[in-house]
Amino acid sequence: MFDPRPIKLTVNGKTIEATVEPRVHLADFLRKQLALTGTHLGCEHGVCGACTVLVNGATARACLMLAVQADGCAVETIESVASADGTLHPIQAALSRHHGLQCGYCTPGVVMTLLELQRESAGSALPEDKIRTALSGNLCRCTGYQGMVDAALEILG
Amino acid sequence: MPPNDSSLLGAESLAVVSHPVRHDSAALHVRGAAAYIDDIREPQGALHVAPGLSPATRGRIKTLNLDPVRAAPGVVAVLTPADVPGHNNTSHFDDDPLIADGAVVFRGQVTFAVVARTRDEARRAARLAQVEIEEETPILTIEDALAANATVLPDYDFKIGDPHAALAAAQHRLEGKLRIGGQEHFYLEGQAAFAIPGESGEMLVHSSTQDPTELQNVVAGVLGMPNAFVTVETRRMGGAFGGKETQAAQTGALAALAAYVTKQPCKLRLDRDDDFAITGKRHDFRADWTVGFDDEGRIAAYDVALNARCGCSVDMSPGVVDRAMFHAANAYHLPATNIMSRRLFTNTVSNTAFRGFGGPQGMLAIERVMDAVAHATGRDPLDVRKANLYTAGANVTPYGQTVEDPDVLASLIDKLEASSDYRARRAQIAAWNETSPIIKRGLALTPVQFGISFTLQHLNQAGALVHVYQDGSVHLNHGGTEMGQGLFTKVAQVVAEEFGIPLDWVRITATNTAKVPNASPTAASAGSDLNGMAAQAAAREIKGRMIAFATERYDATPDQIRFRDGLVVIGNQTVPFPELAKLCRQNRVQLSHAGFYKTPDIHWDRAARTGRPFLYYAYGAACAEVAIDVLTGENKVTRVDILHDAGRSLNPALDIGQIEGGFVQGMGWLTTEELVFDAKGRLATHAPSTYKIPVASDVPADFRVALLDEPNRAATIYRSKAVGEPPLMLAIAVYSALLDALHSIDPGKQVQLDAPATPERILKAAEALKVV
Ligand code: FES
Ligand code: FES
Repeated sequence: MFDPRPIKLTVNGKTIEATVEPRVHLADFLRKQLALTGTHLGCEHGVCGACTVLVNGATARACLMLAVQADGCAVETIESVASADGTLHPIQAALSRHHGLQCGYCTPGVVMTLLELQRESAGSALPEDKIRTALSGNLCRCTGYQGMVDAALEILG
Repeated sequence: MPPNDSSLLGAESLAVVSHPVRHDSAALHVRGAAAYIDDIREPQGALHVAPGLSPATRGRIKTLNLDPVRAAPGVVAVLTPADVPGHNNTSHFDDDPLIADGAVVFRGQVTFAVVARTRDEARRAARLAQVEIEEETPILTIEDALAANATVLPDYDFKIGDPHAALAAAQHRLEGKLRIGGQEHFYLEGQAAFAIPGESGEMLVHSSTQDPTELQNVVAGVLGMPNAFVTVETRRMGGAFGGKETQAAQTGALAALAAYVTKQPCKLRLDRDDDFAITGKRHDFRADWTVGFDDEGRIAAYDVALNARCGCSVDMSPGVVDRAMFHAANAYHLPATNIMSRRLFTNTVSNTAFRGFGGPQGMLAIERVMDAVAHATGRDPLDVRKANLYTAGANVTPYGQTVEDPDVLASLIDKLEASSDYRARRAQIAAWNETSPIIKRGLALTPVQFGISFTLQHLNQAGALVHVYQDGSVHLNHGGTEMGQGLFTKVAQVVAEEFGIPLDWVRITATNTAKVPNASPTAASAGSDLNGMAAQAAAREIKGRMIAFATERYDATPDQIRFRDGLVVIGNQTVPFPELAKLCRQNRVQLSHAGFYKTPDIHWDRAARTGRPFLYYAYGAACAEVAIDVLTGENKVTRVDILHDAGRSLNPALDIGQIEGGFVQGMGWLTTEELVFDAKGRLATHAPSTYKIPVASDVPADFRVALLDEPNRAATIYRSKAVGEPPLMLAIAVYSALLDALHSIDPGKQVQLDAPATPERILKAAEALKVV
């Protein structure tokens, strides 16, 4: 075991200073120390995408990254996506409208993946196969993905 | 229409039911604000549990030295069978020890559990046990079990006609063996439970379970407490698919035992690899079949032995294998049939419920036979299927139930045949395959006829608890559980409709054994059929009392009173629903009721092998197109058309979601999801890194799903039909289309293709066909 280390990062725009054990992964840090439980854990080895967050704007699997590695980074989680007044982000609203979710366990990860895609696309229309490829890092066992893809096409297509 | 039967009204006259309203938790899910077990705030002092797993597949535990575990940092307690104050078992059949005692029967079996301050500490400590097991040769495969005559239960069969004579007399005969793989549930949220001890030995368990009542029972048994001391609560699961019926019991009971021993709140959330190792899966089967048929492909006789790998204990195998038998004829009238089943014991994790509950395996076998018959006769596989469907004059199943509405499926198939452009596409594909030596395409249209009801009769009951508060808001509780399927939304729709109030006046609450006792598991697709009826009964009772009060108060007759749009119209007066609720309270009218429902008209005499196990059948059909590369086995589903019968849908949006999701899950089962146990009985595909479920890019971009919008002829809730399981079997069209593509390599030969049809198997099948 190694001694806890201090880290400083921003999470959803807020500066956080904390002490963490080096082996704690970012997802556990977010969920346990910051009580941001919207980042879900499905497999804890980087395959399912349920724990997807944005680190410096790029998607990362919070179960594969140590909290200490996020030192100095800007982390965004699902909790930051809707506006402070509760208004849903267009991606969230579209997912809900297109019934792109069932049990909802994969949903936060899907939102974060689409958010990155939206920022990357910078307004230019994305073809469906690009969307499907981007989403194929997010496993969903319930939906068959159709509603998700429809929602993404509405916003990004 | 009987006066009270609003069920035959069209959607247009309904305010909430039959509308495509969103899942009740949708707004929470997109924000990550819906709480699962691991999101419940842990009180101070909460501890964490990790199981210790057997490193051997079969044998006697010689030594189990847990001292190093106890000495590890953070460890508070180590649980062994000696710590169990009650009964160390989680099964009705008494063959699933909570913690192995003396012997292990599969690799990964729980041999002890650690309780520590953190999950990480518990998991690290669990690795430190020193275990010595005197290993015995395990029985691993179906062949091993057949050779050893190892079974968990006696064989069972049913028969109609004289299949042996009919086979002998048939114009043509074919036989074959089909291996059908199992399937891991891979619910995205793994098994999890959080147990909180209370005073005098009370225990509250938050669990991700489809069957809170059963977990309550198991926990009470393990702790040696009356059921009344144990409460189980389930708000939602992150997916379940049958994998959290009996399989949630061990996690829940270990958490409760830990809480009992330490007197602290204790949580167990299984690591994903452990979840793969210690929880059961879909049964794998080997179907040995013989079929007799004529030149037209009409089946004269079918003889099938369904050899099911049940694993190391009974669990739900009786129901699963029986259901495989019930569905072994699918939608076909087989005049002479022998359906035999063997329930084989192996030293592998005990197989369990999984969406379809054996039905898919029974159905796949007969659909495979239909293709074999078509290939042998040179007829179109759809024509062979149609020639064998139940009809009004030939409608008795091998288990004695009469199919009362075979016309529904026949016309559904015709509609799908037309809307999918089946005939023209077959011609195009045949032409393509003529000139394309490497990429072969295939097309198939297959039907599903799935029986709805639990075959264990006593489970066909449900309770619901409805309160109307004095402000007009409604509290809804029932015995069903929410796993993403939208059950809570559908039942709330029913209650809102009954009271004529907006849906958001109905507060949906977590399933809780203290509110609705003695519930059945949410399974067999029957969740909304049963709980919808129970909730409607509760709401109707309360509404009846409100009407009785209103007739007196406003000097009206009951037929002058209508509940609509949050108002109660009484003759020519209108009173807001909340106001009437308040008046009722002031006048001492009880505004709470526990509703109950039991499915009528079903019975099954297993010994006599006859009865009517199902209230009705849900129908559907799918047309799938695939392309394969005969040099690599690579394959792709390129288009799917589905027409599915959800009766008069309670919520078409949720139902379409069930159909799409079920189909894709079935497609995974039949194509990419392969469970591999190595020669030592170790599950080699123990995580999503080695076990592949479909992703967004595997699903056909051209995916057309429609509902057959016809009222159920059975008197179900608003004439809807159950929709949870049947769509999984629509994916058999994919397997059949793969057979079709392979068949085009050499139409003179039969194709050999087991399930799942992985690229390796497709390649092997293609190679075999290419040999001259
Ligand atoms: S939990 Fe991180 S990828 Fe699955
Ligand atoms: S909605 Fe359940 S895993 Fe995606």
